[in-house]
Amino acid sequence: MKAFGPVAVLAGLMLAASPFMIAGAPYESTMGLVQKIFYFHVPSWFAMFTAIAICGVASIIHLFKNSPRMDRIAEAAAEIAVLFGLMGLVTGPLWGRKAWGVWWQWDAKLTIALLLELTFISGILVRKYGGPGSDKLAAAVGIFGLAVVPFVYEAVNIWRTIHPLTSVVPTLPAPMAGPFWFCVTAFMLLMAALLMLRVNLGKRQAALDELYLALED
Amino acid sequence: MRRLLIVFTSLVLLAVPAFAGQAPAGQSGFVPVDSLPPSEQLPAAPLLISAYAFVWIAVIVYLFTIWRRLNKVEADMRSLANKIQR
Repeated sequence: MKAFGPVAVLAGLMLAASPFMIAGAPYESTMGLVQKIFYFHVPSWFAMFTAIAICGVASIIHLFKNSPRMDRIAEAAAEIAVLFGLMGLVTGPLWGRKAWGVWWQWDAKLTIALLLELTFISGILVRKYGGPGSDKLAAAVGIFGLAVVPFVYEAVNIWRTIHPLTSVVPTLPAPMAGPFWFCVTAFMLLMAALLMLRVNLGKRQAALDELYLALED
Repeated sequence: MRRLLIVFTSLVLLAVPAFAGQAPAGQSGFVPVDSLPPSEQLPAAPLLISAYAFVWIAVIVYLFTIWRRLNKVEADMRSLANKIQR
């Protein structure tokens, strides 16, 4: 929790500066202004995938070593993954409406991304309403979600889809790549700050549960 | 007669791809964008602003839920600690 202050301040400053960076980036030739949603849309998916990776690894450790600390990290990371996934699922259709002429298309990329979001929402619901042992079930859901991530990322290369290919990011021209990676860094820092905050909440809730148990004894 | 038919068929077969490969007819006139029906006009700025606003609102709402949950836990802890002391 010591790192929370600097990380949160840096994330806040970078996010505040990001619209100026994005405004300075050149317009894309065919999509124009609306393409600038890309600078928040793609970083939100990167942040979601990172949160899912943390959730998946923590879930594996919790399943095999029964670690309450790892369970708290997995729970926090799943919630953060849902938040960033929601950002991606809302900003994407706003971009698609102008670029493709439709809000949504049931193609492989978009459908698997939606299913991934629903998977993590189901994990949160399992924890909330699953009763005893729900932490193990939620861990299994987290691992399943981690296994789905490569399919979301590679969907555009495997199936025919209207979504831009994964080759877009590595081939970005320098005036676009600068603001893009700046935004990616800002989103990653934001994800780290929110994760630390949420893990701390889980820690306090665990302390409260211990107090309840002490009172019952 | 048969030769004439062959020549005619050959001409048709040669002409069809040639016509098929023709460039589309040139634009006969320009239409100002504000003359398009409203369903075909879609400014990008509101979509862009909505996308950025949603990201900020989502973060703020999430921070608020964490703050509220943390406050509830702290309040419960204080009331429990008081009960234990008594």
